Amino acid sequence: MLITVKLFATFRQGRFKEDRRDIPAGATVADVLASLAITPPEVGMVFVRGRHAEIDRPLADGDVVSLFPLVGGG
Amino acid sequence: MHKIYRVNMTDLTVKVEPVPQAWAGLGGRALTSTIVASEVPPTCHPLGPNNKLVFAPGLLSGTSAANAGRFSCGSKSPLTGGIKESSAGGTASRIVARLGIKAIIIEGKPAGDTWYGLVVTKDGVTIRPETETIGKGNFAVVQSVNQRFTDDFGVISIGPAGENLMAIANISVKDPDSRLRSFGRGGLGAVMGAKKVKFIAVDPEGVTNLKLADPDKFKAANVAFVQMLNAHPVTGQGLKKFGTAVLINVINEAGGLPTRNFTAGQCAHHDAISGETMYDTIVARRGQPSHKCSLACQVQCSQVFPDKDGNYVTSGFEYETIWALGADAMIDDLDVIAALDSAMDDIGVDSIETPVMFAVAMEAGVLPWGDGRRMLQLLREDVTKGTPLGRILGGGTAHVGRSFGVTRVPVVKNQAIPAYDPRPIKGIGVTYATSTMGADHTAGYAIATNILNVGGKVDPLKNDGQVELSRNLQIATAAIDSTGLCLFIAFPALDMPNCLTAVIDMLNARYGTSLTADDVVALGKQVLKVEHEFNLAAGLGPETDRLPEFFELEPIAPHNVKWDMDRKELATFWNF
Repeated sequence: MLITVKLFATFRQGRFKEDRRDIPAGATVADVLASLAITPPEVGMVFVRGRHAEIDRPLADGDVVSLFPLVGGG
Repeated sequence: MHKIYRVNMTDLTVKVEPVPQAWAGLGGRALTSTIVASEVPPTCHPLGPNNKLVFAPGLLSGTSAANAGRFSCGSKSPLTGGIKESSAGGTASRIVARLGIKAIIIEGKPAGDTWYGLVVTKDGVTIRPETETIGKGNFAVVQSVNQRFTDDFGVISIGPAGENLMAIANISVKDPDSRLRSFGRGGLGAVMGAKKVKFIAVDPEGVTNLKLADPDKFKAANVAFVQMLNAHPVTGQGLKKFGTAVLINVINEAGGLPTRNFTAGQCAHHDAISGETMYDTIVARRGQPSHKCSLACQVQCSQVFPDKDGNYVTSGFEYETIWALGADAMIDDLDVIAALDSAMDDIGVDSIETPVMFAVAMEAGVLPWGDGRRMLQLLREDVTKGTPLGRILGGGTAHVGRSFGVTRVPVVKNQAIPAYDPRPIKGIGVTYATSTMGADHTAGYAIATNILNVGGKVDPLKNDGQVELSRNLQIATAAIDSTGLCLFIAFPALDMPNCLTAVIDMLNARYGTSLTADDVVALGKQVLKVEHEFNLAAGLGPETDRLPEFFELEPIAPHNVKWDMDRKELATFWNF
């Protein structure tokens, strides 16, 4: 299935801003993290199609996965 | 801190008074709100002789506690018509606290046209007629005070907007680099202007270290506190690197970035105005990506943003400002946005209220969408000079909306809504609707839990749990606002139980008290209740605890949701 992965803030270092990639059916957010060498404790937020998702969330064709480290502001 | 300075601008006299017992345990917002609620008639005209302008350092200000440099300013707001407390960084709070001054109260109003500059010293306040800086921007005022006195002086000032008594006017505070921080919201600059005070210079001569009841306990608690500030990813790394602007992409991905006057939740040019782009630009131009607005700040969320040639343009380049200019008013050029941030600092206008106002003006056809150059012209000419158009703009978002017949006017209690759309982020909608401050995001920053996964998780797209979340945050925030600590300490405080303990230990070690977490909660509740009672007496009844109608009628993309919280559920906010 084709998904889009978007990385933000420090996650972009040594990686990319946005990437379209083919992943196997049944793959989860955790699998995407592993493929990027991002460990779960580093993750602040995961959005799938603009909604919060847990790391064990299975993905579907056309999903947009946005990954942020722990950030904050005001 | 053992004395109160009262400055009477009607008869130009000054009194130095002891601190009344009832105020001894108060500081920051708790103190300014208590003084305003007890001494200002709620129905007074905010620009008249009966309003007061109160400055108070926080309970930990002036000590070596990390991040304790905040200063509170309170009054009746000319914008909301209710009570207002605003908080700013800069250098003044620490000096005022270490001069032993618990609060400076400016009251009355001079009869004539003469302007004044005040000088606060260890002995009192001198009031001198002022001509040199009248009509000038805040940068020039700071330079003038530095030259007349020394660079070590604290400076609090208003720009032309405050002189013009405009509801968008803010009050500026000098930072360690002689740049500007702001008491931003609620038109406090107009109150200072109505009292004909152009600046307040603070003479550090005679500052002493504050006496601590238990210095060893204080030091140990501060060490632990600093460790937690550095250990939490938000305060330890995230804010230091990207500043608050990191949120542009966060809130855009979440679908809650108000775009083109709150008509969409995502902005096509988000990348050009993002924190990541700001960071890359600063680094490429050899600016400073990290910068502190006051001494002993561990977080350093500010930055120094240069132009292409490396010249200073602005600092304290905030998410709110970049969102409002970049997404809400559709300016897609970070350099134009930075120039506007600097202009707003100089002219002395709130960098949330002003661009949100301009977006409504754009919808009304007063200027084209995204036209930053025209906006700069309107600020530098019309707002600065007080032309009729400038005065309409200077009245703020609701005033412009009313003047031009616009219905999509994003305000609560007449104050502009900040950088988070309430429709897909329900928790912040509760805060906007219920806060005594009007639409205010810092008053109960539900974004932390609705979006950032700090302090737990509450689904932003559902109404469940949002009133309780906002209530707890508003109570905690009212307490933190009284300590003089920067609100960003809330990030470690929400995730690390020992953080609040360290803060309470520092309070107890400073004052020889035995406060508990329950006492901190009680203080927060007390502050909110005092403010709420003032607002009710001022005419801001329960019907003002609501969002504008258009949020209920217009769904916002991409989530296509409206604001639909039951009014009765929202009203349960005050059940405490």
